[in-house]
Amino acid sequence: MPEDSKAQARLPAAAGVGYKAQHFAAITDNPGTVAWLEIHAENYMGDGGRPLAQLRHLSRGFPLSVHGVGLSIGGESALDPDHLARLAQLVGWLNPAAFSEHLAWSTHGGHFFNDLLPLPYTEATLARVVSHIHQVQDVIRRPMLLENPSSYLAFEDSTWSEPEFLAEIARRTGCGLLLDVNNVFVSAANLGFSPQGYIDAFALDRVGEIHLGGHDEDSDDHGVPLLIDSHGRAVVEPVWALLDYTLARSGARPVLIEWDSDIPGWPVLEAEAARATRALAGIGQSVPA
Amino acid sequence: MTPAERIFAAALLDGSRPVPAGLRDGAGGPAGRRFGVYRNNVAASLTEAMHLAFPVIARLLGKQNMDGLAGLFLRAHPPSSPLMMHYGAAFPDFLSAMEQLSHLAYLPDVARLELALRRSYHAADADPVAPADLAEANPDRLADSRIVFAPAMEIVRSRWPIHDIWRFNTETGAPRPRGVAQDVLITRPQFDPEPQPLPDGGADWIGAMQGGLTVGDALDSAQRRTPGFDPAPTLALLLGGGAVVSLESTG
Repeated sequence: MPEDSKAQARLPAAAGVGYKAQHFAAITDNPGTVAWLEIHAENYMGDGGRPLAQLRHLSRGFPLSVHGVGLSIGGESALDPDHLARLAQLVGWLNPAAFSEHLAWSTHGGHFFNDLLPLPYTEATLARVVSHIHQVQDVIRRPMLLENPSSYLAFEDSTWSEPEFLAEIARRTGCGLLLDVNNVFVSAANLGFSPQGYIDAFALDRVGEIHLGGHDEDSDDHGVPLLIDSHGRAVVEPVWALLDYTLARSGARPVLIEWDSDIPGWPVLEAEAARATRALAGIGQSVPA
Repeated sequence: MTPAERIFAAALLDGSRPVPAGLRDGAGGPAGRRFGVYRNNVAASLTEAMHLAFPVIARLLGKQNMDGLAGLFLRAHPPSSPLMMHYGAAFPDFLSAMEQLSHLAYLPDVARLELALRRSYHAADADPVAPADLAEANPDRLADSRIVFAPAMEIVRSRWPIHDIWRFNTETGAPRPRGVAQDVLITRPQFDPEPQPLPDGGADWIGAMQGGLTVGDALDSAQRRTPGFDPAPTLALLLGGGAVVSLESTG
């Protein structure tokens, strides 16, 4: 167990990867340029066994980011007190460098859908999300990061743009933002806006972490390409370019590679992290288009 | 107008419901099959979770049948918690109720075994009793003691050869299942749960001890049901798997 006296580490402005149990030995032996790890909170809410033992070991060697997928912060229902308590326990034990969750909902009527579902951006949902984030931050006793979603559709009632909505949440709660550049690319393609324009409108000074991942391609009823945020393949070139565009404006930030399905061997994932490391090293050395 | 979350949620799991109103594509047209991305994500992720949770059932049924069954199950029993490690607890009873599967009557118990293996995997750690401490306990004192078992220990009772079926579908070269009833003891020596068949009477003895009886009283109870039951082989399995955490003297 990490000592309670240990000062809370910050995530380094370097490359990290989403941790997968099958990479445990490889990460321990040869992390390459990987300087930090992200774990999915809900996978470590069991009582013991290998998951917690591995996490205990990793926490001694790497700054950790805890990424939740189950709080349903954007939902209509009150946050689940049992889940909040589990989260407080995990964060209290691990003392991670960051905790993040999504601008989305995943639970309704006591059913958990295991997916990140969308919400309209209105005054009512703003107030709800703000109140939920205050509650989370009170329980974990630290500011959290809130991540922008991948969108496949829009709500006709939305009155806020997503970057403005996120910036206002951050202003009202003091939370930071997690900018998923692949999600920006996916949403921009699906809803027909400029990804660079989105980045320009984003509160980059609030960004505590950047995510990158792979996506799949499908199409909608009109044959219009529809990108699906699958985290099941390598990051595509235009997303790397959007990362460069972002870093040139934000400055160096912790950058994470997410790869959650069809998980490759460690060398492939490490190579993606190495490319993120090069992108961070190259800030200011080239002028992105 | 924004659809209520409950309309959105209901349409996620029920493909016969219309796409909720108020949802648009990027050009301001109806969202159409874009809503289907969420439907697919939910169904695909829960189906995948069922394959991971019940690999032996999936192997016995084949991928297509398992996909179909998971699709029915996830709609009847969506997860009630974000802890996916617990998902599927209702699956054995769901299988029992499926008329089409009544010729595979052992499936529910195999599913119970897979659930128990997963519970064991995530159970709290506990240091086993030192073998020397046990060796030093005299037989009378041992008979009057209560055993505290490791949280990772599980018992699954069945009138089917569930251990043989499990092995045959997880180990290459394992023998074909025999036509016997098998009670299974799961221990977790370190991190990997190990299922082993129990001798007749073993599950009664352990069950009675879990119910609060002393070692001796539990043995009497087991021997009434299985005359001549010898606890030594069962005790060896418990100790070998680190399932005995401590002995509490009642004297």
